Amino acid sequence: MNEIVDVLIIGSGASGAAVAYSLADTKMRILCLEQGDWIKPSEFPSNGRDWEARRYGDFDISPNKRGRVTDYPVNDDASIMKVANFNAVGGGTIIYTAHWPRMHPSDFRVRSLDGVADDWPIDYRTLEPFYTENDRMMGVSGLAGDPGVPPRAPAMPPVPLGKTGTRYALAMNALGWHWWPSDTTVATTEYEGRAPCINLGHCTPGCAQGAKASTDITYWPHALRAGVELRTRCRVREIVTNEHGMASGAIYYDADGIEHFQPAEVVVLACNGVGTPRLLLNSVSSRFPGGLANSSGLVGKNLMMHPWPMVVGYANERVDGDRAPITSLWSKQFYETDPSRDFVRGYMLQFSRGTGVVNEAITSAAAGRLPWGKDHHRVYRELVYRRLAIGVACEDLPEEHNRVTLDPVLTDGNGIPAAKIDYTISENTRRMMEHGIARAEEILTAAGATNISASRTLLNYPGHLLGTARMGTDPDRSVVNAWGRCHDVKNLFIVDGSIWVTSGGVNPTSTIQALALYIADQIKQRLSVLFD
Amino acid sequence: MSDTDLTAEEIRDLRLLAGTMIPASEEFDVPGADDAAIFADILGSLGRDRGQVRAALGRFADLSGGGAPDQAAAALLAEPGPAVATLGRVILQCYYRDDRVIRSLGLEPRPPFPRGHILEQGDWSLLDPVRARPKLWRDAP
Repeated sequence: MNEIVDVLIIGSGASGAAVAYSLADTKMRILCLEQGDWIKPSEFPSNGRDWEARRYGDFDISPNKRGRVTDYPVNDDASIMKVANFNAVGGGTIIYTAHWPRMHPSDFRVRSLDGVADDWPIDYRTLEPFYTENDRMMGVSGLAGDPGVPPRAPAMPPVPLGKTGTRYALAMNALGWHWWPSDTTVATTEYEGRAPCINLGHCTPGCAQGAKASTDITYWPHALRAGVELRTRCRVREIVTNEHGMASGAIYYDADGIEHFQPAEVVVLACNGVGTPRLLLNSVSSRFPGGLANSSGLVGKNLMMHPWPMVVGYANERVDGDRAPITSLWSKQFYETDPSRDFVRGYMLQFSRGTGVVNEAITSAAAGRLPWGKDHHRVYRELVYRRLAIGVACEDLPEEHNRVTLDPVLTDGNGIPAAKIDYTISENTRRMMEHGIARAEEILTAAGATNISASRTLLNYPGHLLGTARMGTDPDRSVVNAWGRCHDVKNLFIVDGSIWVTSGGVNPTSTIQALALYIADQIKQRLSVLFD
Repeated sequence: MSDTDLTAEEIRDLRLLAGTMIPASEEFDVPGADDAAIFADILGSLGRDRGQVRAALGRFADLSGGGAPDQAAAALLAEPGPAVATLGRVILQCYYRDDRVIRSLGLEPRPPFPRGHILEQGDWSLLDPVRARPKLWRDAP
């Protein structure tokens, strides 16, 4: 049997890595179990001529399409949006876009300010030092002075505007709307051993240059040097509890399918908003017949996935295409609630650089823009490297019918029940989407684009995974308390996107990691009374 | 041709479809997707998409019924669904990495790494009117 550890972290992605790093200075014995492998930079698609094709293969953002042996399937047939994740050391940070907005102060006070959903039990001010620490660890490029967001101080200069960004900027100035160069975790100078960005193209399928921050190259080297053990190809089946109702460890399968038990004093779940409820719901016992930490019945419920329409148009000349990071600018013009609109809350506009020659052809053929036959070549030349694209990052509010459950039939390679997703988009969010699409169309028109179209259901949605084990002070209305500890199991913590109360309208990784650092700090401050 | 478990009839039909979907063009000086080298790449790259491509080819065989392949191809490509979408994707992802096609677009036939690209800095004074704006975000209690 494995020796007992002080802290067992399950998952090595955005939040698991941050917690491991932060807790390492306690000198406790810390072990992280990760079901994926280390990914070498030489394995990333941009090393080869088939790099765009691999986005639809072994580096697809959907685990169902990717189908690696390290992946688990997700039944998302009953969801208009699809799940995105990656199972490896670094988790989803391997394939994220590196777009790096923070939540706003108002995002933590949704009930108080706008009368919907619930307030978080913590606020922006509480998280702010952890945002700052996380920015230092991940390495952020950007520009201070943005009137659209709370003050922050990116360490590196922003990604250049380029031709595409310049078009957007001129259009936004003509409309009188806010824009700013996006904060990203793409290094624009040398940073803590990372090489600067050389504009390989889309950052999503992994950065061969190592300029994009993923936790395998940011947090993990520090955590490993500090003594944390990281065990790969270990897929956890369930959390085990003892006669006192405390977590006693986890059962996992190794790469050969051999079952092991790993005892632990404290268990930390960092498996994302689908993986964590899946694990809790699969950890049933006589004491916890409805799944672990689920006395509220809310484990798996309130799934939020960020509906994200994309509006595309084409310039009358070539712009940057895929010859730079996909992230360019953001706009917070429509982020905060405006009582004159027919929806509450708001959205961020994310301005994309463009796309590559293969992806342009595939997505345009799918959208009906690119014909087959004799006109194919002429039309394609009116599209390639001319794309302008604006994403509408909509906040979706928590609704209990949007949920993660265990699939009664589908299993992963170890026979563990797969997650099943049921998800619909609310009427408030649909109105928000249409408002955002109309504004994006105005912007693209002002930017001189033609052939403008909107996609409400993309080939690859972002599929952020939030809200399925929410934070709160009331054990009847939440799964974890204000510092990530499960109400029902006093040595079980959750640090991933599951604990979000509302989703904001931003890419979530920055806030997921700030929350993880905050919870780790709370654990350290409360060590002597952690289980009280 | 590369190793494949497609039948001779399926290979014939796939090549016919590839050439119909993306024909050669003298105007743009590019081969069609049925070009020997490109088609070999398509056949060798089917991988996990083989099942969906076979489904599309099966549907094509049903539609052609032994004659009028052009009409059958047009009918097939008008049908929605994953099989036809996959067929299109596997052809496009091989066609648009062929050196001749890439050069015809004025691009270099090479992977992004290690040379990367140059991105022009742009004019950051465009931000001046934005800097002058009051803050947009709300304080919260």
